[in-house]
Amino acid sequence: MTKRLNRSLSVSFFLFVFLALVGAFMALPLVYAVNNAFKPLDELFIFPPRFLVNNPTLDNFYDLIALMGNSWVPLSRYVMNTLVITVIGTVGHILLASAAAYPLAKYRFPGSKTLFSIVVMSLMFSGHVTAIPNYMVMSWLGWINTHASIIVPSLAFSLGLFLMKQFMEQIPDALLEAAKIDGANEYRIYWTIVMPNVKPAWLTLMILQFPLLWGSDGGNFIYSENLKTLHYALGQIAAGGIARAGVGAAVALILMVVPITLFIISQSNVIQTMATSGMKE
Amino acid sequence: MQPETTRQTSPGRIQPKKQSRLSQVVTEMKKNKHYYILMGPYMLIFFTFTVIPVIFSMILSFFNFNMLEFPRFVGWHNYSRLFLSDDVFMIALKNTLLFAVICGPVSYLACFLFAWIINELSPKIRAIMTLVFYAPSISGNVFFIWLIVFSGDRYGYLNGFLIKYGFMLEPIQWLTNEKYILGIIMVVQLWLSLGTSFLAFIAGLQTIDRSLVEAGAIDGIRNRWQELWFITLPSMRPQLMFGAVMQITSSFAVADISIALAGFPSVNYAGHTIVTHLLDYGTIRFEMGYASAIATVLFGIMLGTNMLTQRLLRKVGE
Repeated sequence: MTKRLNRSLSVSFFLFVFLALVGAFMALPLVYAVNNAFKPLDELFIFPPRFLVNNPTLDNFYDLIALMGNSWVPLSRYVMNTLVITVIGTVGHILLASAAAYPLAKYRFPGSKTLFSIVVMSLMFSGHVTAIPNYMVMSWLGWINTHASIIVPSLAFSLGLFLMKQFMEQIPDALLEAAKIDGANEYRIYWTIVMPNVKPAWLTLMILQFPLLWGSDGGNFIYSENLKTLHYALGQIAAGGIARAGVGAAVALILMVVPITLFIISQSNVIQTMATSGMKE
Repeated sequence: MQPETTRQTSPGRIQPKKQSRLSQVVTEMKKNKHYYILMGPYMLIFFTFTVIPVIFSMILSFFNFNMLEFPRFVGWHNYSRLFLSDDVFMIALKNTLLFAVICGPVSYLACFLFAWIINELSPKIRAIMTLVFYAPSISGNVFFIWLIVFSGDRYGYLNGFLIKYGFMLEPIQWLTNEKYILGIIMVVQLWLSLGTSFLAFIAGLQTIDRSLVEAGAIDGIRNRWQELWFITLPSMRPQLMFGAVMQITSSFAVADISIALAGFPSVNYAGHTIVTHLLDYGTIRFEMGYASAIATVLFGIMLGTNMLTQRLLRKVGE
């Protein structure tokens, strides 16, 4: 790394102290969540409350498993529901968003500009705006109480298309031209040339989409206990009050570990994609 | 182009009908049909669940509709009721604007500031710090950890701490006291808000051309603040725009945190926002027309603020 220019030591020091302080504010609740999950019951209710665990134990996790074993719907059912929603939703989103992004990034045809600006515009408001008509659409489609009501809308989140398009614009045109001369059709080009080239962008969509679906509790669409997600089930257990405080802590840990691990694995690729995520049209 | 010029040079002959604009577009579309097929599935879903609902919501906002009876057209009535006689909406509007004015800019600046400081660290520490700042926003709904911090009894961490060190004698009911609810939601919202735009900023900073910085130093840039304003910020204007959109949208849509921390509805509507108001009328009272009017107002506010902010950001570094 080249020597940094224009840096005064005292300002650097001040900035890094500031960074450390805010970093602590960001990290402490998570550190606490991890510690809490391993606390035995007497430590959970110690006064004054203690931050770190003294005698770590796995009791909370055993209790969780025992509790789930007694419940009406087996734990495996919730896990399956969550996996179905998360995997289909994430993979499907990556496939559909990149298929749609490829023509928008590389070609001009009637409607391409309009369609893209509608997508960009939809980035500017949150999904809450459409919550009510969405419920009606779902009930007309007969999708209330099916996983489709969570999966299908998530396939077409606008952020995914936007990031994919920005990233695909960097693929050299010459590569696509060469493939065309060799006789590949558009679908082949998309599948064998464009897709392998945008792997970092897939990982980014994955890291954005996965936590959303992983944390989904079924919203207003799923009422049947058999179809609920792990997040919902664990939330119910955690809501059991003081007696379940330990189990609740174990639940929190399980819920947060998965998306964070995924991010750690894909971090460098994600940042690479984000570098191209300029808001330009 | 070609046939048209020949036609002009030979007047008097029977002219073939000039190709209309529409049929031109159709031929053009036929030529590109593969692209439409590729986009088809995404656009179908996107329009069904995003575009049509927005339009539908706008139309519905002019009707009285409760899911049971046939919708009845009421004109601007929902809007006039919303703005003139709904006191709770005014609280919600005030709270939402407070979030937007305080949390929006603070989290946006925080995203940039921390990305900027982190960028000066060595790659390994940079990766760790990125994780530390980004983790809260992807750790799902673990913000119920904050319920323990602000719990109203002596076991609540904040109460326990303040009592232990003698700042007070009695525990404070943080989440049921109107005075504190909004502030607490803001703290948690800020904690959660270093998300997508933070990553975009980190990435944007890493792509800045070092030679630009060196050239700047020769041209007389003296300290890091000048470097920031004249070189760094202009080079990452696209990411700044993108980040602004993300932060604005999320700070106008605070609802889940409010519901999880302060309950729904919160004490005296102290943590009420436009979105919780929308949920109240949409999913509890089933006044769909009225809820749609709320959604339409929210939509307008979000879109307007985004446009305005983008215009302001174009001036950065000038």
